[in-house]
Amino acid sequence: MKQVAIVSGKGGTGKTSIIASLAALAQGKAVFADCDVDAPDLHLLLQPKILERREFYGIKRAFIDEEKCIQCGICQDACRFDAIRDFQVETSLCEGCGVCHLVCPEGAVEMRDVQAGEAYISQTRFGPMVHAELYPGEEASGMLVAMVREMARDLAAEKKLNLILIDASPGIGCPVIASLTGVDLALVVAEPTVTGEHDLLRLLDVAGHFGIRTTVCINKYDLNIKAAEQIEELCRSRGVEIIGRLPYHTSVIDAMVRAQTVVEIGGPVAEAIEEMWKDLEGYI
Amino acid sequence: MKLSIASGKGGTGKTLVATSLAASLHSQRGRGITIADCDVEEPNAYLFFPDRTLLEEESCQVVVPVVDEEKCTHCGKCSKVCNYHALAVLPQTVLIFPQLCHGCGACSIVCPEKAISESSRSIGEIFHARSEGMDIVWAKLALGEARTTPLIKAVKDRAQSDTVIVDCPPGTSCSLVESVRGSDFCLLVTEPTPFGLYDLDIALRVLDKMGIPQAVLVNKSGVGDRKLYQYLMERKIPLLMEIPLDRRIAEIYSRGEIFVLQMPEWKERFVELAKRIEEMIS
Repeated sequence: MKQVAIVSGKGGTGKTSIIASLAALAQGKAVFADCDVDAPDLHLLLQPKILERREFYGIKRAFIDEEKCIQCGICQDACRFDAIRDFQVETSLCEGCGVCHLVCPEGAVEMRDVQAGEAYISQTRFGPMVHAELYPGEEASGMLVAMVREMARDLAAEKKLNLILIDASPGIGCPVIASLTGVDLALVVAEPTVTGEHDLLRLLDVAGHFGIRTTVCINKYDLNIKAAEQIEELCRSRGVEIIGRLPYHTSVIDAMVRAQTVVEIGGPVAEAIEEMWKDLEGYI
Repeated sequence: MKLSIASGKGGTGKTLVATSLAASLHSQRGRGITIADCDVEEPNAYLFFPDRTLLEEESCQVVVPVVDEEKCTHCGKCSKVCNYHALAVLPQTVLIFPQLCHGCGACSIVCPEKAISESSRSIGEIFHARSEGMDIVWAKLALGEARTTPLIKAVKDRAQSDTVIVDCPPGTSCSLVESVRGSDFCLLVTEPTPFGLYDLDIALRVLDKMGIPQAVLVNKSGVGDRKLYQYLMERKIPLLMEIPLDRRIAEIYSRGEIFVLQMPEWKERFVELAKRIEEMIS
């Protein structure tokens, strides 16, 4: 089984539009996993029918029993996250470590499981999909990403499919690391801007840090050809291959508005993605 | 005033708005403006101020446990109490996974042999620079590190001036919560597309939970559909500004330049935007 993650560093470079098109091209051959769990958008293009829901419990959270609490303040002093004020837990600051529960002389602090999201197994017009929703403002997105990936692996094994396409979140932190670990290939979507180049470099460094094979697709290539060429040069110097060059074209947003993939509506971006898919199939 | 610029979806133009607003206010007021870039994974705002002078660079230290192997009896209590799986006790040794540690101190509290002490390690760098009298604070998460919140806190702590503009990371999880915490107001930048609307809705729910007043700025207007506008009207969410999809703006941005400095009519609009937000706060 091969796993390919679409990542970017910078947000809004086109990861989801590209992976949705790859899903259309991989029709029947792959499982799709949306690992951008706190801003998931792939379902807007693939319109999945949810077949199964699973609850996600992230970190435990502390709750103080007011009747047992003697207001000694020991928990407040011990909490490193300043999450206890006036003998009450500020849930959004609680990191679930359990120190307050440990130090409370009255046994007034209880650590409770709190549901922090939901994960889904679904069917789309192109094949099976696993996705999730982290509740707004919750922690532990990396844990939910790990859950989505495990469900996707099980589903691929069950359906005898040997490819998982992963849509990751932007950035280089916790959820991105959880999306990247153990993948066979990271397809990095870059854009030809000063910020795009900066973020691409950081992401290539992270992928390198984890020893992950990478290839780069430059999206909106003609927005700034000079910047695009600079990115190509940079990739060459690092031995990273450029797998695709996609033009800046309105068909991407037209497809989004119609809840379709770019390759379904056609046009120059669709053609470039089709070319890229051929190379990608070679890789896999 | 502490004003955060957030979005949910990435690439909607948070940094474009944060840098344009800061530059516009700075050219009007001349002092008292700080940009605090809380996207510590991919900080970009500082790139728009190439003439900046670095005032200070500091590493962000977090706590990690250190086990005294001579005192340790390998009882396993530390590993059992750790909710982050940051310690593994083997028959002969204790393995520590620093990237997983939140520095809560539970392991040292439960150790019956007092074998665990605390040391510190760096998870990234914090930078403070000045560009023609405007302050820019940002941080870079070290490669392979997962926890962003200590760096975000450090950036916010350093950003002290009359007006602080917080450039938030994308997403709607704990990094966003930490970035907007303490803000007087949050301006959400979105685009009129299905992705923009879907992620805006999640981000608005985060802000509602935190009780932070909010308004929306639509970037790349002219693309997509009208659903975003219907949504804003139904929810009575104020729409304070629209920036059209304009290839000129996109190209200026792509070169790492601030478009309001080249299109001065926009400078006044951003000053006006800040004024309206100040009125909404008070």
